[in-house]
Amino acid sequence: MPKMSGAQALLESLERQNVDTIFGILGGAILPVYDALYNNKKIRHILARHEQCAAHEAEGYAKASGRVGVCMATSGPGATNLVTGIANAYLDSSPVIALTGQIPTCGINSSYMIGRDAFQEADILGITTAITKHNYQPRTVSEIPQMVTNAFHIATTGRPGPVLIDLPKNVQTNIDHVEFTDKHNIRSYRLPQTPKPAQVNQAAELLAKAERPILLIGGGVILAGASDEIIKMSDLLMAPVATTFMGKGAFPENHPLSLGSVGMHGNPAANRLISEADVLLAVGTRFSDRATTNLDTFAKDAKKIQIDIDAAEINKNIEVDLAIIADAKVSLNMLFTATSEKLKKGEGKVWIKRVKEAKEQLSPLLKEIPRDMVPKALLSELRKLLPQNGIITTEVGQNQMWSALYMQALQPRTFISSGGLGTMGFGFPAAIGAKVACQDRIVVDIAGDGSFIMSEQELACSVMEDIPVIVVVLNNGVLGMVAQWQRTLYDRRYNAINLGKTPDFVKLAEAYGAQGIRVDSIDKFKNAVKTAMNSKVTTVIDVPIGSETDVVPFVPPGYGLPQQRGDY
Amino acid sequence: MESGKTKVISVLVENKPGVLHSIANLFRRRNFNIESITVGATQQKDIARMTITVNADEKTLDQVVKQVAKQIDTLTVEELEQGTFVMRELALIKVNITVSKERSDVINFVNVFRGRIIDVSTDSITVEITGGPYKIDAFLNLMKTYGVLELARTGITALARGAKSIRIDE
Repeated sequence: MPKMSGAQALLESLERQNVDTIFGILGGAILPVYDALYNNKKIRHILARHEQCAAHEAEGYAKASGRVGVCMATSGPGATNLVTGIANAYLDSSPVIALTGQIPTCGINSSYMIGRDAFQEADILGITTAITKHNYQPRTVSEIPQMVTNAFHIATTGRPGPVLIDLPKNVQTNIDHVEFTDKHNIRSYRLPQTPKPAQVNQAAELLAKAERPILLIGGGVILAGASDEIIKMSDLLMAPVATTFMGKGAFPENHPLSLGSVGMHGNPAANRLISEADVLLAVGTRFSDRATTNLDTFAKDAKKIQIDIDAAEINKNIEVDLAIIADAKVSLNMLFTATSEKLKKGEGKVWIKRVKEAKEQLSPLLKEIPRDMVPKALLSELRKLLPQNGIITTEVGQNQMWSALYMQALQPRTFISSGGLGTMGFGFPAAIGAKVACQDRIVVDIAGDGSFIMSEQELACSVMEDIPVIVVVLNNGVLGMVAQWQRTLYDRRYNAINLGKTPDFVKLAEAYGAQGIRVDSIDKFKNAVKTAMNSKVTTVIDVPIGSETDVVPFVPPGYGLPQQRGDY
Repeated sequence: MESGKTKVISVLVENKPGVLHSIANLFRRRNFNIESITVGATQQKDIARMTITVNADEKTLDQVVKQVAKQIDTLTVEELEQGTFVMRELALIKVNITVSKERSDVINFVNVFRGRIIDVSTDSITVEITGGPYKIDAFLNLMKTYGVLELARTGITALARGAKSIRIDE
């Protein structure tokens, strides 16, 4: 057995998991790992400018590539700064490994020990218990290899999620014999089995008899790599497909059977048809409040079949008639075979006619697209300029919902956003992470001015580390989504939403050594995007838009999906 | 307050630090007051059994049980159905004694309830009593006449009836 320090054992374990990048910021309690990284040729360290962004970068890397994203921080404030990013990864089921330094378990100075409130000590295991899939703290060097193997296994299998490993400083520096292993050994962690044929047959029975079937697919389909299976299923049943916000990209939105995304700011065609369906097949979705809006009226005429790998998602928000707890890809393949045996061909013409008619009447993108500087026009043009495999990230708020409505996602893992936690400031670091994972592809962050300010310091990271991305700032000078709520639900009592005209985003970009372009027409916007796509440096495109533009249509809180309001 | 019945959940977990915290946290998040929780070793020393009693409605409890099952360190979770399990609780009760007749009365009650006297002083008696929670409640009610100086209850621990056992392989 080789002898080495805990820090070296950690790095070698990470290499064995094919980790090629760590996003992080160093500090006292993680210095031994950084020292071990000094001569490392296999792992690239990217210096973030805030730990929260390091976590978002790791998540962007994970969401774009499907591989594990790794972030690292020191103890205390470094670790607590990761917390929002870890919570974000937890709610969006992203495979992220967070490494944190920690005060030693023992040492020369006994007041510098875990539990004595030493400098930069935080109980990060306690803090992250509720927002990680699991967390670990090795107490000896020899534990590290197995712990890393287990952590990666947990992060990537079943319903993926973040795992934190907290590394006491003395465990990083101690030297001991270590044995590397690629075999996980967690006896208490069991993954769902292959679905029972009887269940699949029952589901197939329901689907084969359905007159108005609809598919609702969530982020789980992307995580399971089951997009092709969804396309096959939809073609077989001639069933329209609505995605949740997290499912955007799982089904090509330019497909004739695509209804776009469902929900509070969903595509009205999706919202309407879900309410008309008689059988709903939901795959990899937790029926979040933003997708269902009102649990009592959600798809109330439909028999519901739910496929999810997480048993805890069954009957959590929506009661279903039939549940299959298993991997989406495996389940869909079985379901496809079983359904095709039972299905009578040539039926369902009435439903298809209705789907076509609803799309034509209701889909925002099939209505007139203006030539003004409004989000619909801007994002439609951006879609046309962007290659099919171009990656979109979004911030949170109006920019995000406009992107949901107007930015068609055509491939899995090309639409990356903070769906569950709704973290403003996520999009830009996520774009950086996505670009690192997919260097030959264009990455665009669709931002608002309010969100971009929350992570703008990462411009330094993108310039210094040579990670060129594009930021489109839909700049309305306000915190737009909350302004919209104050306008529509609080009788225009605007409070604390005004951002003014500061900063000047062009100058801000230039101050960091990035490129800044301000545009005042659609044509100039198109030119700026083309310039940015060919640029070797990050480009911030400042796009002034009206401060009172609403995201419409909109389902007010408490209302059902078809009760959308607003001219659009 | 949650409206519902008292439920008993039996959980087998890896016997290591942090597990109790993560499980208790799931109950706290849903504002369930854990009425009692006992944690202790099983026949396998690396596995601990938690017996948790909560007052909860069916649907919310179903969610918590699934969340408990989902914890990485959870081996098994079972909601124990009324009548299918045996349970015991231990209580230590320090009773105030002012006149000597009270002492003999208390000793009589202890015998009837098959408790044991484990400490005596001139003006107090400490009693050990085991049984189901109702038996302990009944005994406590009787002792209130004399004055309960101190009380410690362990909360229940329970096992399913019959020969069935769970053996966790290494």
